Amino acid sequence: MHVSFEITDEILIASLDGELDHHTAAQIREEIDKKIDNFHCKHLIFNFKKVSFMDSSGIGVVMGRYNKMKELGGRVMVSGCSSYIDRILNMSGIYTIAPKYNNVNEALKVVKNKVNEKVNTEGVQ
Amino acid sequence: MLQSKVDDKSFDNKMKLKFLNKSQNEGFARISVAAFVATLDPTLEELTEIRTAVSEAVSNCIIHAYKEDEKGIIQVECWTDEDRNVIISVTDEGVGIENIEKAKEPLFTSKSDEERSGMGFTVMESFMDRLEVESVKGEGTRVTMIKKLDIVYEL
Repeated sequence: MHVSFEITDEILIASLDGELDHHTAAQIREEIDKKIDNFHCKHLIFNFKKVSFMDSSGIGVVMGRYNKMKELGGRVMVSGCSSYIDRILNMSGIYTIAPKYNNVNEALKVVKNKVNEKVNTEGVQ
Repeated sequence: MLQSKVDDKSFDNKMKLKFLNKSQNEGFARISVAAFVATLDPTLEELTEIRTAVSEAVSNCIIHAYKEDEKGIIQVECWTDEDRNVIISVTDEGVGIENIEKAKEPLFTSKSDEERSGMGFTVMESFMDRLEVESVKGEGTRVTMIKKLDIVYEL
């Protein structure tokens, strides 16, 4: 499994590529956390588009990152899920804390809007 | 090792794998089972479901039964018959499960600090037709999963 990263306005996009199981989850978790810490990211978007296999370890990875981003006051979103990955993630009810979007751009638009909303309301006060 | 109740004679084909309790073997186990079952010409969806269920069962051996001790042995057996029944059993000689019903509950995990979701048995149950868990404390656990593949209609 391989992860590639993009960063825009405190938002980290982690694109996973390959098979995500208990064996690869440990490495993925570490790489993502390191990027979040090093680049002071506030929000995280998972891109599952190139994930060819995933078991329940994937749920754990999303859950763990949600806990981390919550502490930092940010959000976690998931995108690019195939119907099979969607089935596994949906089973756990993870979407209630880490909402699902069709693709990265859709998630990016939503998180950027939320950030702007926050800036605007804070500006008024 | 806990003995299987499956009667070899009532099946056309059987395979057995034994490997060390190393997490890199999760991929080996699920791909091997998928390759064995592939001779029955399952749908891609069925094959993915089987791969996922095997991955969950083997992960449980590694994480829970042997607590990541790489010396443990995991045994995977698979039977198939002409009626397209697939039986997969995953056996370990680990610590055993204290409360099977509790372990099967969705989101229950004894390893929340290691970011385990507690969805392993739920995934196995929903991807396979039947799941049976036998466990003896201090002796080990045997998970048996059954799935009937869809019939292929020839035109």
